[in-house]
Amino acid sequence: MSAVAEYIRDEMMAVEAARRLGNDTVCFVGIGLPSLAANLARATHAPGCKLVYESGTIGAKPFRLPLSIGDGELADSADAVVSVPEMFAYWLQGRRIDVGFLGAAQIDRHGNLNSTVIGPYDSPKVRLPGAGGAPEIATSVRDVFVMLRQSPRTFVERVDFVSSVGSRVRLVVTDLGILEPRDGELTLTRVHRGVTVDDAREATGWELRVADDVGETEPPSDRELTALRELKAR
Amino acid sequence: MADTVSLSDAVAELVRDGDTVALEGFTHLIPHAAGHELIRQGRRDLALIRMTPDIVYDQLIGAGCAQKLTFSWGGNPGVGSLHRLRDAVENGWPRPLELEEHSHAGMAAAYAAGASNLPFGVLRGYAGTDLAERAPIGWVDCPFTGERLAAVRAHRPDVGIVHAQQADRRGNVQLWGIAGVQKEVVLASARSLVTVEEVVDELEPRPGAVVLPSWTIDFVAPAPGGARPSYAHGYYERDNDFYVAWDEISRDRDTFKEWIEEHVLNAVPA
Repeated sequence: MSAVAEYIRDEMMAVEAARRLGNDTVCFVGIGLPSLAANLARATHAPGCKLVYESGTIGAKPFRLPLSIGDGELADSADAVVSVPEMFAYWLQGRRIDVGFLGAAQIDRHGNLNSTVIGPYDSPKVRLPGAGGAPEIATSVRDVFVMLRQSPRTFVERVDFVSSVGSRVRLVVTDLGILEPRDGELTLTRVHRGVTVDDAREATGWELRVADDVGETEPPSDRELTALRELKAR
Repeated sequence: MADTVSLSDAVAELVRDGDTVALEGFTHLIPHAAGHELIRQGRRDLALIRMTPDIVYDQLIGAGCAQKLTFSWGGNPGVGSLHRLRDAVENGWPRPLELEEHSHAGMAAAYAAGASNLPFGVLRGYAGTDLAERAPIGWVDCPFTGERLAAVRAHRPDVGIVHAQQADRRGNVQLWGIAGVQKEVVLASARSLVTVEEVVDELEPRPGAVVLPSWTIDFVAPAPGGARPSYAHGYYERDNDFYVAWDEISRDRDTFKEWIEEHVLNAVPA
């Protein structure tokens, strides 16, 4: 796979996630691809989409993509800035968030995520940063969107640690396609152009269930790609 | 009333070996200068608390100041892992580190409970996760609805340390921008220190600011630039390049020790 194709697939992830956000969607956003996706939605079809960063900025409208969840520009451009206890109690637990984005080091077929350790907890092979906001994001928002590159190391039969539960995972956007829960199990429903169902199977550490009507995602439009690249160039 | 003193005097007076210490700052106003002073004064066996331990906690851990860390997310934001934290957890270097691990919501509830003089905080959280087995949490039944809720023991640090933009000459403090859990940590702690960018004659009211009256604080210590490489809203920007550079500096034990020697131990205290 060429470097250009890799680049395009990361862009495809952001584009596909952005398409799922509406003008009235309130979304809880982390740094990286979720922030790119949410800001892309705001720059294209959903200018009214509300971006909430866990640092306490509600309705942030950054011109440049933030490098940390607490960048000054998020506070300057926000409708409101609240304390961290208020963010988690009144806004997240208060069920004011529609979509929450999560990433992880591992995911299983039920959407359980691990961002804590690889290996046993008491003698880990790799100590990861930890769950952060994920445990309560995963159970307090209406829909959880996961953005994750797909590989057998990441898509595993059994996560080493359950940092957050998968009950509200509605969408997993990967560099290969889209997985959605069908009868309680993440199922491949679409692949990106140039990806085969077998590619997705090989990149999955469990026997991947594939939808009968598996389709192809719409490649990025000129408008989406231009907006995305403009955002990244700022 | 808060006494305004030098940072080294404040730390010498407030922090003892073995204390539970929380230096807070949620991406903004992180009290780096105070953390460096703890390292310079050679504090040991500290039980550190912080929602988002990042570079300054990596430094405290690598310098051997900590025996325990209570936290919810320990990483270098936007960059990756904390190598000194990982070395302590994975290899016990320079000493083993006990972990008490929570979610952000649990940590926030524990600070709010501490500030409220309650024994525990309550939240709809932890359910179904392996954290529920690891974190020292309990479960309570709502007396009105019967709903089962998570209970987290209140954080009551011996010492709470935060950084703010301004204090006035009587020791009243004002901070603005992203305010994190700074108010809660000061009010939850038995003793507290606020380092500030500057001491001014009068605090000018600002929208959304957190004001801590002088009588809620033990010491105010001027520390201009004391949040660097974090930022102070209205004073200076986050030094993103340093966060990236830290990944390389901290990866190797010797490079780390040289950096601490040059930039902390041999540096002039604020």
